[in-house]
Amino acid sequence: MSEISAQFQMQLDTFALDASFTAPSVGVTALFGPSGSGKTTLLRCIAGLEKARGTLQVNGATWQDEKTFLPVHQRPLGYVFQEASLFPHLSVRANLEYGLKRTPPAERKVPLEQVVEWLGLGRLIERGDPAKLSGGERQRVAIGRALLTSPRILLMDEPLSALDSTSKQEILPYLERLHRELNIPVLYVSHALDEVARLADHLVLLEKGRVIASGALHETLARLDLPLAHFDDAGAVLEASVAQQDETYHLTRLDFPGGQLWVGKVEQPFGTRVRARVLARDVSIATQPPQGSSINNILNARIAEIRDEGPHKVMLRLQVGDAHTLLSRITRRSRDQLGLTEGMFVCAQVKSVALMA
Amino acid sequence: MPPLDPADLQAVWLTLKLASVTTVLLLLIVTPLAWWLAHSKKWYRGPVAAVVALPLVLPPSVLGFYLLLLLGPHGLVGKLTTALHLGTLPFTFVGLVVGSVLFSMPFAVQPIQNAFEAMGKRPLEVAATLRANAWDRFFSVALPLARPGFLTATILAFAHTVGEFGVVLMLGGNIQGETRVLSVAIYNHVEAIEYGAAHWLAGGMVLFSFVVLLGLYLAGGKSWRVTQ
Repeated sequence: MSEISAQFQMQLDTFALDASFTAPSVGVTALFGPSGSGKTTLLRCIAGLEKARGTLQVNGATWQDEKTFLPVHQRPLGYVFQEASLFPHLSVRANLEYGLKRTPPAERKVPLEQVVEWLGLGRLIERGDPAKLSGGERQRVAIGRALLTSPRILLMDEPLSALDSTSKQEILPYLERLHRELNIPVLYVSHALDEVARLADHLVLLEKGRVIASGALHETLARLDLPLAHFDDAGAVLEASVAQQDETYHLTRLDFPGGQLWVGKVEQPFGTRVRARVLARDVSIATQPPQGSSINNILNARIAEIRDEGPHKVMLRLQVGDAHTLLSRITRRSRDQLGLTEGMFVCAQVKSVALMA
Repeated sequence: MPPLDPADLQAVWLTLKLASVTTVLLLLIVTPLAWWLAHSKKWYRGPVAAVVALPLVLPPSVLGFYLLLLLGPHGLVGKLTTALHLGTLPFTFVGLVVGSVLFSMPFAVQPIQNAFEAMGKRPLEVAATLRANAWDRFFSVALPLARPGFLTATILAFAHTVGEFGVVLMLGGNIQGETRVLSVAIYNHVEAIEYGAAHWLAGGMVLFSFVVLLGLYLAGGKSWRVTQ
């Protein structure tokens, strides 16, 4: 029973939260939904910051049921708020150590030096006053402060949403690093699809206080019955590994079961796992292997599903190999001219690939 | 040499003692009260806040009058203190302390309540997620963040007690060494047309009040900036 299982009901001003989901005990689970869908409230219920009716189990320990309600400070969790919320009366170091000092020595698993190294906090500690830090730096300190309580689960409430895009770009590599290094589950609230595609392994989709879907990221992103696949920046995520470096053209070949992709040079050793995101609008379809095309990446795919999307577009779900999926958004006219039907084998031309670490 | 007799110096000493005792008691009473007023959602929060603020608008003589009745031998509290062999409180130093605490309460409550309200819930929530229990959160986060409010409250309560006249006269009378504070001593000198002594005491009060307020404004400018 090493997983997170939550189930909450709560009446809010505009809607009722009635959500239940389970999340694996490893990796990042994104709670995703439009603003006002109840994802932050759900996260606060898990932390015990809101008192909802329900049950909550984390790695086999009961945090809440009919009889139990563990107070926030007794839950071994780390919480990162939207705004860094550093204590203004304490130095950067004292902020970092606030939770560490209150964690019994026997439970301390994360040393200060480790967190400082992960989040690049070395220079920030020396600066003393948290008011002197930039938004992104403050948020890094806040994440470090939460990790230093040696939590058994990390809860993050849109930690990037209060930051400008420069700070976001600065902090994302750190989050990706945590994703690789941490061996505790992370619940990550977000309404930004690109963040989720980059960081999450598992997705819980919320709408008006209810969980409408939950599952592995790459499957859920590509489900045409869910709103995600119809976002403007809808796309699929592939897990691939570095297979070949082309020094002449400065390209790297990524392999995944079912195909390969050439992308701009990735400075990683052979075999490194990388995550690639392919947007639906960057995938076009040919029924024959195209001649004289500038597109490097052409994958053999089977059309698994076709769904109308508005008056002139259709979305295709493509099966690549046994385990991988791509989305492709084309016009309805192209579908009819090419005579595309479900089950057909086609060539998927991938115009661009975004690498996610 | 100022034309002050030992009785005047006694009045100065008594005033400082009254103001100090009142301020200490007020901070102890008012901190939980201000916390409650800042966070409670009970229906009676409003009425309680109004009662606490009453001395701001009531003439001191009104407050003094009712206190005199309440604490006197026929009053509810008076009967209680008599039954406990404590005697009655009017015309004693303890009586003055009770009056001053009530009279200066709004000046102590409001800055602290404002400070608690201004910090919002977030810092306390953060502290809770960092494993701090309720008392720990209060002492390690709420109190330090409310420091400017406490400073203001301390200075205002002290200064306001020093300047009190009406309540003292109604409740404490004019007993040398027991209830004759500075403001009453000045009144006596003016009544006796001893303007020289009155000047020394009154001028001293003006200077004292100026220094206190100056200190308040200088300290108030250096409050914590709440960072995101």
